[in-house]
Amino acid sequence: MNVSRTINNALRMVPAWSLYIMGVLPPVWLFYLGLTGGLGVDPIKAMEHEIGKLGLQVLVFGLAITPLRKLTGLNLMKFRRALGLIGFFYIALHLLVWLVLDVQILGQIWADIIKRPYITVGMAALIAMIPLAVTSNNWSIRKLGGASWKKLHKVVYGAVLLGGVHYTMVGKVWQSEALMYLAVITTLLAMRLPLAKWRLKAAKAP
Amino acid sequence: MSFKTDLKYSDVTPRADYLNRRQIMAGLGGVALGSIAGPGFAAGQYSTDATPNTLEDISSYNNFYEFGFGKEDPAEYAHTLTTDPWSVQVDGLVDKPGNYDLADLLTGMDIEERIYRFRCVEAWSMVIPWNGFQLSQLLEKVGVQPSAKYVYFETLVRPEEMPGQKGASLDWPYREGLRLDEAMNPLTLVATGIYGEDLPNQNGAPLRLVVPWKYGFKSIKSIVRISLMDSQPQATWNMQNPAEYGFYSNVNPTVSHPRWSQATERKIGGGLFARRQETLMFNGYGEQVANMYDGMDLTANF
Repeated sequence: MNVSRTINNALRMVPAWSLYIMGVLPPVWLFYLGLTGGLGVDPIKAMEHEIGKLGLQVLVFGLAITPLRKLTGLNLMKFRRALGLIGFFYIALHLLVWLVLDVQILGQIWADIIKRPYITVGMAALIAMIPLAVTSNNWSIRKLGGASWKKLHKVVYGAVLLGGVHYTMVGKVWQSEALMYLAVITTLLAMRLPLAKWRLKAAKAP
Repeated sequence: MSFKTDLKYSDVTPRADYLNRRQIMAGLGGVALGSIAGPGFAAGQYSTDATPNTLEDISSYNNFYEFGFGKEDPAEYAHTLTTDPWSVQVDGLVDKPGNYDLADLLTGMDIEERIYRFRCVEAWSMVIPWNGFQLSQLLEKVGVQPSAKYVYFETLVRPEEMPGQKGASLDWPYREGLRLDEAMNPLTLVATGIYGEDLPNQNGAPLRLVVPWKYGFKSIKSIVRISLMDSQPQATWNMQNPAEYGFYSNVNPTVSHPRWSQATERKIGGGLFARRQETLMFNGYGEQVANMYDGMDLTANF
């Protein structure tokens, strides 16, 4: 617990807005690499995959904040909104790269979304996150009221799960990396089930 | 992100020195084989005049699941593959079956340059200057019996050199097959080189199939078995997912794959703003191959 307290104290000096500045850097860097040959001979696919995976990583980390606090006392709560928005921003860029650089043809985009299950699932995950991104501000919390705002933002559980499913479906065979993401997501979600909460409490009791 | 080297293609041993070294080694070891890529001839009647991709494009972006799922994995890991000695088991309905040493198998084969379009089922493409010989020549050499209707191929299984085979992602060995008339078509090539050099390991050294009017996965790599059969042989991707990958797998822009529209493709090497181009029926080789499929429903037999 002492380590957590030290980290918590140190993090008090780090403002949440600094994450937004850091969050802009990876896509800019990827774009620079793509332009200068640093992403290999198919920079479009490389960029599409990297930014999608980065988005999923940030969102999974966002899901880990509550379990981390309960298990270790590490408190990253003030960064959670920024992580959610940055994750959403990366996934939106992932879609944009796919639309503009990869598929290019408008007529084909809609057909792809409807006909190809892995794209349908990924698209559903992104659409589910739009209302969450839009209401990620204090004004919306006041307007909606804390309870219903919280309820609305539970949608993120489903969205990230769909994101993990989307990643496993992209592969032509079962790929261990994608399955690991899905396992981590499932675990983080399972820890929020009533039974898991009760067991956590029991474990923490003296 | 994956490993990147600062070395450029121009940094490797100059070709003259490299050939020199091979001659010395051939002299020492009494090996007469030397380079199996053979001389590079001028583009013949079967070659496209499209601009070939660079050797870097061709040898750094590969699907060869024996070395991993990533496009860069084969280039990173395939150097461990031992391609000499190499032998090919020829069996089934042939007059001269046997376990052929690579040099014996290549004896008498006319190696020429063929610049072919290469279309992956994943909707990307390249133009590749292969060196190789017609499969028909090899089949004539081993003698095809009248009852044979199909040719079956297998890739090497050697998990200690092919890390991807340690996982059960695909049912190894990698298998592919062609109908006999497809195998005998003059376009069907057994490649031993690219750009006049021996095949890089990641491209399927020391010998691989090239069937330019079919999706790339039909062009099986690092072949160790060729078998003549009277019934349709197994094919790995068809076994893995028969709804997505048919036995024929002819390039066909009108038949959409469940994962990718096949109407267009992106030629590798065009950078971040590469435009898509239209995919051609039979990858543009209809004149040479369409008649083999007369009367066949190519949507049902995808």
